Amino acid sequence: MRYLPLSDADRSAMLETIGVAHVDDLFRDVPQEARLDGPIAKLPSHATELEVERHLSALARKNVPAGEVPFFLGCGAYKHPVPASVDHLIQRGEFLTAYTPYQPEIAQGTLQVLFEFQSQVARLMGCEVANASMYDGSTACWEAIGMARRITRKSKTLISSGLHPHYVSVCNTMAKFTGDTLETAVPTLTTETDIDDLIGRIDDETSAVVVQYPDILGRVADLSGLAQAAQAKGALLIAVVTEPVALGLLKSPGEMGADIVVGEGQSIGVGLNFGGPYVGLFACREKHIRQMPGRIAGETIDADGRRGFVLTLSTREQHIRREKATSNICTNAGLCALAFSIHMTLLGEKGLRQLAELNHARAVELSQRLAAIPGVELVNDLFFNEFTLKLPVEARPAVHRMVEKNVLGGVSLGRLYPGEAALANGLVVAVTETATDKDMDALVEALTEAVK
Amino acid sequence: MTINQSGWKPTTPIASATDTGTVTGNRALMLEEALIFEIGDTDRTGVDIAPASADTGRLGTLLRSAPIGLPGLTEPETVRHYTRLSRQNYAIDLGLFPLGSCTMKHNPRLNEKVARLPGFADIHPLAPKETVKGAIELINELAFWLVDLTGMHGVAMSPKAGAHGELCGLLCIRAALEARGDARQVVLVPESAHGTNPATAAFCGYRVENIPATAAGRVDLEALKARLGPDVAAVMITNPNTCGLFEPDMKAISDAVHAAGAFVYCDGANFNAIVGKVRPGDLGVDAMHINLHKTFSTPHGGGGPGSGPVVLSEALAPFGPLPFTARYADGSVKLIEEEEAGEEHPHTFGRMTAFHGQMGMFTRALSYILSHGADGLKQVAEDAVLNANYILRSLEDVLDAPFAFSGPCMHEALFSDKGFADGISTLDLAKALIDEGYHPMTMYFPLVVHGAMLVEPTETESKAALDQFIMALRSVAERCRAGDESLKSAPVHAPRRRLDETLAARKPVVAWKEPVPAAAEAPTPSEVGDR
Repeated sequence: MRYLPLSDADRSAMLETIGVAHVDDLFRDVPQEARLDGPIAKLPSHATELEVERHLSALARKNVPAGEVPFFLGCGAYKHPVPASVDHLIQRGEFLTAYTPYQPEIAQGTLQVLFEFQSQVARLMGCEVANASMYDGSTACWEAIGMARRITRKSKTLISSGLHPHYVSVCNTMAKFTGDTLETAVPTLTTETDIDDLIGRIDDETSAVVVQYPDILGRVADLSGLAQAAQAKGALLIAVVTEPVALGLLKSPGEMGADIVVGEGQSIGVGLNFGGPYVGLFACREKHIRQMPGRIAGETIDADGRRGFVLTLSTREQHIRREKATSNICTNAGLCALAFSIHMTLLGEKGLRQLAELNHARAVELSQRLAAIPGVELVNDLFFNEFTLKLPVEARPAVHRMVEKNVLGGVSLGRLYPGEAALANGLVVAVTETATDKDMDALVEALTEAVK
Repeated sequence: MTINQSGWKPTTPIASATDTGTVTGNRALMLEEALIFEIGDTDRTGVDIAPASADTGRLGTLLRSAPIGLPGLTEPETVRHYTRLSRQNYAIDLGLFPLGSCTMKHNPRLNEKVARLPGFADIHPLAPKETVKGAIELINELAFWLVDLTGMHGVAMSPKAGAHGELCGLLCIRAALEARGDARQVVLVPESAHGTNPATAAFCGYRVENIPATAAGRVDLEALKARLGPDVAAVMITNPNTCGLFEPDMKAISDAVHAAGAFVYCDGANFNAIVGKVRPGDLGVDAMHINLHKTFSTPHGGGGPGSGPVVLSEALAPFGPLPFTARYADGSVKLIEEEEAGEEHPHTFGRMTAFHGQMGMFTRALSYILSHGADGLKQVAEDAVLNANYILRSLEDVLDAPFAFSGPCMHEALFSDKGFADGISTLDLAKALIDEGYHPMTMYFPLVVHGAMLVEPTETESKAALDQFIMALRSVAERCRAGDESLKSAPVHAPRRRLDETLAARKPVVAWKEPVPAAAEAPTPSEVGDR
């Protein structure tokens, strides 16, 4: 019981102070029939550090880490190396084991980091303000739709077919219970995105248009026309970024007129982690700040006139507004925001641009090599570090055949869109700076075999 | 573009020499730190990235032309910046963190070590399932223990935090009601519930009605029974509740709710007080989230991440969200996603997050559960409750304890500001505790008590640590009763004095802006003459 500091002598002394004979007397409000007398049925007794580590290591060894094989998976989670100093710094106990900064005088470290994080995210997204992080990109996307509803007082949302299908699922789940109408569609394996179609469907009832940039197939398109069309009808444009590294090279959604930009920040500073913990990014126009969900750090002064930071605008939040709150979020992904912010500081504008250039160059090179495989077509015209191939066979079994060659060769659209026959041959390939020449050779060879 | 236009100097004062008596604003080991925007530059970087060909042909007209304005620092500057900032934080590694209902306990470093194994930290959520068998097994193993410890039927692992778990539980309830064609519209929430409870219920389209607390700090069973009816979908109860008390009528409440055709949601934020002692399933709970970060110790990281799996009764389990893990009779484990949902999990209400949930927290929670085992977890609950009652009894002569007459508290002790001198508030006590080297307790919550102070020591504090905290709190409480005016200016020893929160909300500055350069001063006549 290495984590429990009380000795039996301590316990006896404390029970005496309290004035009861046995610790079970402190549980006397629990009805007798609900108390567990014996040990919990199946759980063994406490294990040593060595035993636990052995057990978990054995489970870990049954998995194939991305870093150990040629690896080309993306679709909302990306493999980028995180500088060693990031993990070192987030493991400092004063960051790692601190609570939400409700007592600002002794939480300036966390609060200044959150202020810096907000400033970085706002600039990256091309917006004026950002919050201090959310759970992940998919839930941030839903929160953005709710925010648009509060601003426009309308509840019909057009969702681009290029939005990650899991993000669409999250929004559909919630919309069933809030009365929002979501118009969704599945993508087609074409070069063109559905922006023109979306523009044509915006009407006076439309609260928001949601579009992903780059989209689930890796396509990028100019959002300015869509932003203007939405705003002309009193609707908002919500842009979703799942690969923020792209913004090192691409114009930001905010620059193109998006009103709310949300994103998944996992790419910068946070590992793949089998899907979590990740970090949701949320930025918007300053005029909408009071409708923005989640925590916000703000600058102020202390009693001596010195600069300091506090959590602010909390009257929007659940602990004050209860059922009238803008969101029910309580926890945020503070530690992942810290990791994002440190990694972004290490990159700086120069490093981010270089990283983006390297990603793009590797992707362009690989796309050309893969498109040269007989029967394989490149769907995209424009892309950043991820593109879609149309295979001559179903992609799903092809992915498994590549696994047999020890290559993790991409995400099949069949897995993301079960039942959509028109997408079954689609394979989404992500190429980051981790892909070596040998990795690319291995993928070309494995895919050539897999589509035969 | 240069961000760092003013050299290393901050764009607004962080400190002045008169406060500290030093030129830098530093005070020995207490170091001031400017913002990255004030010390960094857009052309400085802390990474070396391999050169790439400048082929941007696949970006079309979308190639960025304007700069972003992101400051960079080299690695040594980065390490120093964040290390200095970290030193301005209170943390559980530094001392007792007595936040009631937030549960800040020691975070074992073994958990950090195993969560970082590449086999868990470096696997992709859409990796082919044959390459992530160990991860699926881990999720299922943890799921198994959560069900076992709570006496429930199934568990939804994907919710990302406690409040997200509440949402999951209510969505399960709503889906179950709709499956039987029952469109109930009201959720009852007792006054002492977490603020997230009513927010969650409203967020999924329910009308929220409060249920009063009794004078003894419990749910008013008669008021609850009187309100139950065919329009009530669920009752959201926190047990142990936010007054720190166990709800002894829990079974009667559940029976009444079930008889009325509704479901019982239990906020499991305080499960650490009863783990290994009581199984919520035996009390008739239909859904309960478990804050893995509280009960099974994940570091809170200045606000999260958390993780909020939801255990479900037999009636609700079929409606749980995707992805879902299930163990089959032959011992095999399966992760069910959309593709298999129809045949394996046909009644699911859908997905509530992009991927499988907080794998990093699952690893830590399993490590913690196995480290403690059945005997240790029972001891966790007993020591948490023992420590809280020790604090309650040791301070009730100097601090009003409004429900001490109701019986033992569970894992947290509730005090009020009754007896303080006029003009002295709970806030003053809290800020004075900072000068004593402690993070204050939870303040002004629960709302049912005036000037509430909710103290939760947790099970990872020694008796010596508790005795020192009690001594400090006793001394500050006595000053509050005596009306010591100096409390108003506390804290004086923290990195900052009291911060102006009103100013921050009235004129929000939430992102750094480049300072407007001062207009170049016109040369004075004498300077002109000197030329």
